[in-house]
Amino acid sequence: MTTPEAPAGAYLDHAATTPMSRAALEAYVAEAGRTGNASSLHSAGRAARRAVEESRESVAASLGARPSEVIFTAGGTESDNLAIKGIFWGRRRTDPRRTRVLVSAVEHHAVLDPAFWLAGHAGAEIVLLPVDGDGRLDLAALRAELTEHGDEVALVSVMWANNEVGTLQPVRDVVRLAHQHGVPVHTDAVQAVGQVEVDFAASGVDAMTVTAHKLGGPIGVGALLARRDLPLEAVLHGGGQERGVRSGTLDVPAIRSFAVALAETVAARPERAAALAALRDRLVAGVRGADPEAVLRGPDPTPRPTSDDGVQARLPGNAHFTFPGAEGDSLLYLLDSAGVQASTGSACQAGVPQPSHVLLAMGVPELEARGALRFSLGATSTADDVDRLVAALPQVVERARAAGLVSAPARAGGAA
Amino acid sequence: MRVLAAMSGGVDSAVAAALAVEAGHDVVGVHMALSRNRDQFRTGSRGCCSIEDAGDARRAADVLGIPYYVWDLSERFEDTVVADFLSEYEAGRTPNPCVRCNEHIKFEALLDKATALGFDAVATGHYARVVTREAPDGTVTRELHRSPNDEKDQSYVLAVMGPDRLARAMFPLGGFASKAQVRAEAERRGLSVSAKPDSYDICFVADGDTRGFLRDRLGSRPGEVVDTAGNVVGEHDGAYAFTVGQRKGLGLGRPAADGRARYVVDVQTSTNTVVVGPAELLSVDRIEAGKAVWLAAPQEHGDGAWLDDVEVQVRAHGAPVPARVRATTADGAPAMDVELTGRPLRGVAAGQSLVVYRGPRVLGQGTVARAWRG
Repeated sequence: MTTPEAPAGAYLDHAATTPMSRAALEAYVAEAGRTGNASSLHSAGRAARRAVEESRESVAASLGARPSEVIFTAGGTESDNLAIKGIFWGRRRTDPRRTRVLVSAVEHHAVLDPAFWLAGHAGAEIVLLPVDGDGRLDLAALRAELTEHGDEVALVSVMWANNEVGTLQPVRDVVRLAHQHGVPVHTDAVQAVGQVEVDFAASGVDAMTVTAHKLGGPIGVGALLARRDLPLEAVLHGGGQERGVRSGTLDVPAIRSFAVALAETVAARPERAAALAALRDRLVAGVRGADPEAVLRGPDPTPRPTSDDGVQARLPGNAHFTFPGAEGDSLLYLLDSAGVQASTGSACQAGVPQPSHVLLAMGVPELEARGALRFSLGATSTADDVDRLVAALPQVVERARAAGLVSAPARAGGAA
Repeated sequence: MRVLAAMSGGVDSAVAAALAVEAGHDVVGVHMALSRNRDQFRTGSRGCCSIEDAGDARRAADVLGIPYYVWDLSERFEDTVVADFLSEYEAGRTPNPCVRCNEHIKFEALLDKATALGFDAVATGHYARVVTREAPDGTVTRELHRSPNDEKDQSYVLAVMGPDRLARAMFPLGGFASKAQVRAEAERRGLSVSAKPDSYDICFVADGDTRGFLRDRLGSRPGEVVDTAGNVVGEHDGAYAFTVGQRKGLGLGRPAADGRARYVVDVQTSTNTVVVGPAELLSVDRIEAGKAVWLAAPQEHGDGAWLDDVEVQVRAHGAPVPARVRATTADGAPAMDVELTGRPLRGVAAGQSLVVYRGPRVLGQGTVARAWRG
């Protein structure tokens, strides 16, 4: 058995993907060595089906859901597509007036792009809900939109926690407002699970996206949790697996491994979250010490007892900075060559780093948004990782600033 | 040395990067994104700008085991190379965007950024040689020389970079005598781009349709085509799309009175008029070039005396012709006077790059300001 390992050096990109846990890897390998299609009726099929259903029960228990609410998918992007398109089509079938799709401006592209695809192909109207300077949803804007157009809204999708700046969204408030108008709510919780408490039933959401590889499980498996009364049309058609909304032979090893990793991470969460927050605070203080000009983006990590989530406004494992005068790609390269792996945090389209739509929605000017770096901590992170970053940072930032000036646009006055 | 290998996704830059790795340098591959809205797949004979090309570069870097990054230089490219291309055509001149790209992008934006990030040199897949000479007092000078591969020689488009930048440039393919040899080297190393077709077109002009590109960007500006006596002989969509020496695509309805072929002999943008005339009006033997950049040391050209035994070349794939050249100044900036001493040249347009050679060695470069029969 191979022992799973974190990448060499200081791996500060757990929001991109996490090392698999040993138990998850063992479960995967054990299950991959067995033969059986969970849809087959003979004994091999029954064994596979049993593994899937045990996993379904485990996933449901870990997330405060009922087993019948768990739809296994190939991961976060598929779950988001199923939720946005499936709920839109399902709602429109029963009430054709419901064409408006409300999404926060800081959603992941796996939510934004299906929504805009519906606008281009299915007559949907997309409303981008604004956020404040910390990336937190403007509830007044949501309320106003629902008051004015409540009976035209198909669904609302607001992520549980932002993948770039770690902002926790007021999901319960969103649910309360939306349900007053009979509007279902989807939330993408891929970054939240394992870092903050996520309870599907208690949150009141109608659908929720989770994925395995952000919490110590394998890449390529996840789930959409969906209430049984939620109108949901299929995106993948075929053999009718998973309530008929997600056809395809079930990936038994991945599902088993996902369930194991999820149970492990949820059990460890209270202790781990505290450790991550302490490490994150060390990182934030270290970065500020190494570069006094660095600007922390997203909410103040200090716990705010008054926030809707009860204790905090930000994921414990997330820190995000902009470094004025430096470009994210220069910082990334220099840190990588110093053995520190981080992310610019923004979507990379066609291999070209674009200024983050999240930062722009928060009101960060484009030039500043170009100098962004996200540091994300996870189960394998150590104080040494953080210290290695802090030690490398002064020279990295100095060099990136020197390079940032020469590669800035030549046109007078900078970018428009 | 720490070397940044510029990797377009083509076979030349991949082999250049491989040679830099094998020479023992610490190499990082960088693909320059020169457009924000790139096509998914390569089309026509453009070879550098699609997402497929970026993927080819990434794959080559994987095979070589070097880090690989994409740097977004698209704004800088638009603001320098594309803007210059448009304004030069608009002013009735004929630009060479590859020269401007080397000047402003590869050996300025990329090289300066690389230097700031701690790299010692930028390696590219150009066909040209850097010859290093050490004087008896220990001073080292670098000379830019033609590639032994006449067909592929790119010293013409590199001459613009000047000595400081040449000192930080590396052309690992400089000694290769044929493209087939480069392809063989690629294949030997398992680089999948070994059989990728060559690129010829201007990378930002789709389908090689320069006139269509100019019309899209500059708009239609109908005007007259006149002969040298001032008679209107045709119409055009925009004088900017014509270049001195051009014969094809004039769209003249009736033949000249004498039945001889007509060429563009002047593009008058102030009146949006294209002037056509017989071939002999295109012959020139005197040229003034501005924006002069000297790779040769000042003691070789600095006293304003005529350099007698040189050749000049005014097109990327044109033949060099015998000339004498002297350094001058025009409006306070370095310039060149050129007298052709052998046969005259035909169709030298303002805006073209003029490179001065002595044998295989590049002495300097300027941009044609005007050309005439002396």
